[in-house]
Amino acid sequence: MFREMWANTEEFLRAFGALQLFFLRLLASTPRVLVNRFRLVVYQVYNTGALSLVIILVCGFFVGAVLGLQGFRNLAQFGSEDALGAVVALALIQELGPVVAALLFAGRAGTALASEIGLMRATDQLSAMEMMAVDPIRRVVVPRFLGGVVAMPLLSAIFIMVGIFGAYLVGVGIYGVDLGAFWGQMQDTVQNSDIYESVIKAFVFGVAGSLLAVWEGYSAIPTAEGVGRATTRTVVLTSIVILVLDFIITAFAVG
Amino acid sequence: MRSSTENIVEMHGVSFRRGQRTIFDELSLVIPRGKVTAIMGPSGAGKTTLLKLVTRQLLPDRGTVSVAGQELAQLGRPDLYALRKRIGILFQNGALLTDLSVFENVAFPLREHTRLPASIIRHIVLTKLHAVGLRGAAQMMPGELSGGMARRVALARAIAMDPEIIIYDEPFVGLDPISMGVIVRLVRQMNDALGISSIVVSHDVAELSSVADRSFLISGGKVAASGSPEDLSSTPSDLVQQFMNGMADGPVPFHFPAPDYAEQLLGGDDQS
Repeated sequence: MFREMWANTEEFLRAFGALQLFFLRLLASTPRVLVNRFRLVVYQVYNTGALSLVIILVCGFFVGAVLGLQGFRNLAQFGSEDALGAVVALALIQELGPVVAALLFAGRAGTALASEIGLMRATDQLSAMEMMAVDPIRRVVVPRFLGGVVAMPLLSAIFIMVGIFGAYLVGVGIYGVDLGAFWGQMQDTVQNSDIYESVIKAFVFGVAGSLLAVWEGYSAIPTAEGVGRATTRTVVLTSIVILVLDFIITAFAVG
Repeated sequence: MRSSTENIVEMHGVSFRRGQRTIFDELSLVIPRGKVTAIMGPSGAGKTTLLKLVTRQLLPDRGTVSVAGQELAQLGRPDLYALRKRIGILFQNGALLTDLSVFENVAFPLREHTRLPASIIRHIVLTKLHAVGLRGAAQMMPGELSGGMARRVALARAIAMDPEIIIYDEPFVGLDPISMGVIVRLVRQMNDALGISSIVVSHDVAELSSVADRSFLISGGKVAASGSPEDLSSTPSDLVQQFMNGMADGPVPFHFPAPDYAEQLLGGDDQS
């Protein structure tokens, strides 16, 4: 049993080390990609962002609407319905916006990235690039990685805005919360530090989610089963990593 | 710049293992410049591994591999990429970039490695596509092509940079007789018209015999026989005869190594 545990630990450490080396390789290639292949990066920001936009809009709206419903019911018990805007905004900005957007990003764009790169390996497209003296890391992987890193904070911001709109429709439109109080309390309560925390979380989740997606795709076993496994692992690993990172960042933010 | 050595590829004392399995054991061969050279062998003999060694996708455990006078193991990444620009490779499945059109696939190496104006790139791409008979398919996407067409587009892409060597990995697999005939003709034409060296890895004896100037038969980790297709056909070796005549059993056994048949059938449920 100890031997098995040791083998598993060794395997994990080896994979973790390989992932770190891969990340360093991406970072080392990034300046040259930004200079020589900027259009590819812009295209990938558009591609990755557009892939997740619909799901972000729909889910953001309903998460905000549910927050509006739950928030109103609970706040009404204390006669604090006017604080609904502040409560919803803080919940979305500090926590739900970046976290849920990142989980949705992993499920939609992350899996697409992993399966696309994995299939490129399985169909020898990456080898063909290598043989044409084109580095697939620079041509394929880094632009997609950077696209995800840039798109993630934008998606998180959109999620938060749509969520607040959903809560506004429920709170002000249905329950009749005072319009001025809804927005006024929100403005008074939300601090710049909350926004910074949200942006930092979204950026870190973007790096982690994009890195795991391109890594899983790039290192996928070049078979149908291998690509499928890489896609599944992308969602599972990214979800776990995002929640762990969320705890760490929040712990630092809370002090 | 073209190398002046007589042989385009030289392998000396190459050994290569995958896990416990020996793929090549002290294999040596030289591939002459300007000829069509066939690498043949039964499935699992290591033909594709040999190609990967020649293109340094793999490094041998022992021995040296030189291409165009340069020893591959000594090359740094920039030199390796410079050498690869002089090599065109046709993958078994074409390996076209699926998000690019036929035109853009052929233009891909030109856009990556040259600063030619768009009008010149267009001219070169159409010329290459014309050479493989697919100028009319320039705007199609890879998913719209048949297997034979995809391989011809891949060939156009392989010659886009006017390489010194073209390597074909199983170019005849899965093609109908017409497409196969087209590819055979193109292999010969490209070699003669462009003055390049061609290496064709395949186990299609009939097609290779019609196109190759020299053939190597790989088996058991070594070169089992070499020479012109006629030389191979007249070689008395059982292995060569089995391969050239497509016999099901012989030195290369029909059955994969297994326990005794009767013993296994009667041995109970614990044996799969």
